[in-house]
Amino acid sequence: FYWMSVQTIRNVFSVETGYRLSDDQIVNHFPNHYELTRKDLMVKNIKRYRKELEKEGSPLAEKDENGKYLYLDFVPVTYMLPADYNLFVEEFRKSPSSTWIMKPCGKAQGKGIFLINKLSQIKKWSRDSKTSSFVTQSTKEAYVISLYINNPLLIGGRKFDLRLYVLVSTYRPLRCYMYKLGFCRFCTVKYTPSTSELDNMFVHLTNVAIQKHGEDYNHIHGGKWTVSNLRLYLESTRGKEVTSKLFDEIHWIIVQSLKAVAPVMNNDKHCFECYGYDIIIDDKLKPWLIEVNASPSLTSSTANDRILKYNLINDTLNIAVPNGEIPDCKWNKSPPKEVLGNYEILYDEELAQGDGADRELRSRQGQSQGPKGGRSRDSGRTVLTTW
Amino acid sequence: MRKAQGSWEKRILKSLNSMCTELSIPLARKRPVGEQKELLNKWNEMGTDEPDLSLFRPVYAPKDFLEVLINLRNPNYENGDSLSFRTHLGLIQVPLKVKDIPELKEFFVELGLTTGQLGIDDSTQVPPELFENEHVRIGQKVLAEQDSAAAQQYIRQGSPTALRAELWALILNISSQPEDILYYEQLKTNVIQHDLLVDSLIYKDVKLTASNDDYYFVFEDYLYQVLLCFSRDTSVLGHFAYNSASPPKSYIRGKLGLEEYAVFYPPNGVIPFHGFSMYVAPLCFLYHEPSKLYQIFREMYVRFFFRLHSISSHPSGIVSLCLLFETLLQTYLPQLFYHLREIGAQPLRISFKWMVRAFSGYLATDQLLLLWDRILGYNSLEILAVLAAAVFAFRAVNLMEVTSLAAAEAVLADLSTLKVMPLLQIFLFATVT
Repeated sequence: FYWMSVQTIRNVFSVETGYRLSDDQIVNHFPNHYELTRKDLMVKNIKRYRKELEKEGSPLAEKDENGKYLYLDFVPVTYMLPADYNLFVEEFRKSPSSTWIMKPCGKAQGKGIFLINKLSQIKKWSRDSKTSSFVTQSTKEAYVISLYINNPLLIGGRKFDLRLYVLVSTYRPLRCYMYKLGFCRFCTVKYTPSTSELDNMFVHLTNVAIQKHGEDYNHIHGGKWTVSNLRLYLESTRGKEVTSKLFDEIHWIIVQSLKAVAPVMNNDKHCFECYGYDIIIDDKLKPWLIEVNASPSLTSSTANDRILKYNLINDTLNIAVPNGEIPDCKWNKSPPKEVLGNYEILYDEELAQGDGADRELRSRQGQSQGPKGGRSRDSGRTVLTTW
Repeated sequence: MRKAQGSWEKRILKSLNSMCTELSIPLARKRPVGEQKELLNKWNEMGTDEPDLSLFRPVYAPKDFLEVLINLRNPNYENGDSLSFRTHLGLIQVPLKVKDIPELKEFFVELGLTTGQLGIDDSTQVPPELFENEHVRIGQKVLAEQDSAAAQQYIRQGSPTALRAELWALILNISSQPEDILYYEQLKTNVIQHDLLVDSLIYKDVKLTASNDDYYFVFEDYLYQVLLCFSRDTSVLGHFAYNSASPPKSYIRGKLGLEEYAVFYPPNGVIPFHGFSMYVAPLCFLYHEPSKLYQIFREMYVRFFFRLHSISSHPSGIVSLCLLFETLLQTYLPQLFYHLREIGAQPLRISFKWMVRAFSGYLATDQLLLLWDRILGYNSLEILAVLAAAVFAFRAVNLMEVTSLAAAEAVLADLSTLKVMPLLQIFLFATVT
């Protein structure tokens, strides 16, 4: 049994080593997972996916009167730097009082991230683009710049984000599972959009790696809330319908992001992957996809956390390698219902296409959930017919 | 009872005064202008940058209060030489009248097996058409009619999460009028202008309890806002008219003993104890507007919570609840009761803290809210004692095997996975007696 890091995966699948996985070997990453998990490639793939749907005339790609996608606008406006620098400047000048967030493409744990509200703060990338724009920059210097969500939903005055775990066993047909026990990560410091605090990472970045160095970090709860707490709070203070709608939308954007990269993913049958999805909810209860992590932290910061991660790994392996037997990569990847544990089926392309509308509805059943588990809650969305 | 309450109060006040002298901090002082400005700025984030609280300790904890209750004796009561048909072997030795299971079944008839309940009949396996949808519809109608009595009857079967905030407000007769908001702002001004010793006690309590709680840490700042205002709210003094307790008094400096210079201290007459902030914490899941949150808490306190820490003969008073708990256990689970008593683990020593806090901080929040629904619906705290007994009944098998108080505590340490309504239903309606 061997749980690989992304480094090892690169080696295993690299053309040079000529290593071939045998039938009884299963690994925990897809060879080109970075199509989803690198910040720039994720955005590229989603943009491409949207354009394709638009060209096909799919109803999913419908836009509103301002040209914004009605159903596929779930990633904040993003540009690659230095490549799209000029495009970015054009956008920036349209709303000069906006804040943008700079993130290095290949890093994690909040490293190297900073906020800007003036063009002068990213002069460095403009100089480079003016010079040799045909020379590919080394990946280390590549950044993405996204419109900063400066109106996050606050609870107790603090910003938080959602960490959700999604297991993909195959991309074509797409079969993915959502872990029911996600959590919210709260900042230890009260949120303020004030420009004087743009440098204060304790206000803006929810990564535990950052927050745990804060003065007020508490090791008992670790600043984490369960998703069911969030659901209870939102239902109690905002109402059932808007809360169910929010959670439906979250499931929707996860599935759409997977569909966007499915065509370019190397759907090696030896592979499965458990992603860490980061989602932020704004104060209008709209969810935004921030990024997808290929190696979500499996260390624990609190006692509850340890139990959660333990069960996560346990349930993941039960689905990827059922019965605890020696795996056979040729199996049909349809685990029996009993082994799902805390996972529930998020989307199963085969089932969805199988019996048409009837099956679609049933495969949607497991999605909305709260303190009561996977109960069917039809949010009444009649517009979307394809999943 | 009143005598006991009186001497208990003297003890608390003495403790408070001695802390005050020891630390050389005045009970109350006016804040200098600079400090006032600073506090106003940090009003929404008092949780950060707290003062040094290491020398403060809570005035008392529930277990201190339990010791007082255990020693209550009625000097007029003549037990007679012969043991009555049922000698009470629990800790409480005051013969108050408590309900037995047949009476409880009648009282809590809506919790019966044939009536739909939220907390049971809305679980995943039950199709919503059977009960839940209709129940929600009725709830919406009750709210539309703004019928407080109907709401109270309705909520006996539990409240849907989305309707709970409004239903509770309706039952407690809270409607946020401009004058209520103004009153709250006035209290806030009092907090800014004057600093009270009890403020530090409140701070300490929040830091010790809610700040470390998985469910409530998020709302830490709301707790300060509510509790600091609460201690200055003299309208709370009104509840002493039906409370056996009396508000503690203090005297302006240098005028000890002169009645004209006596003031109630703290202004609302309530000295917080260890865990007090947990009365407010669950409410933060329902109300995020400070003045409304404040009003709801205040009303909950003067209707219910005060009974949990004052000595009286009221059926919802803590003494009666303790007796009810012990009687239920002794009568219906005698083996368990005797066993625990033998190993030095009197059940009340474990369940007391649950009841004093109305289970806040022990149950998962969604379960706690279902429990508090029933407190409001039946206008009684007796359900706390019944639930405590039901928990013991549920874990009876494990408890029979323990051989020490510590082990018994360990079996009952974690209640966060319990579902309260099934437990209550089984205990009241489905146990063979």
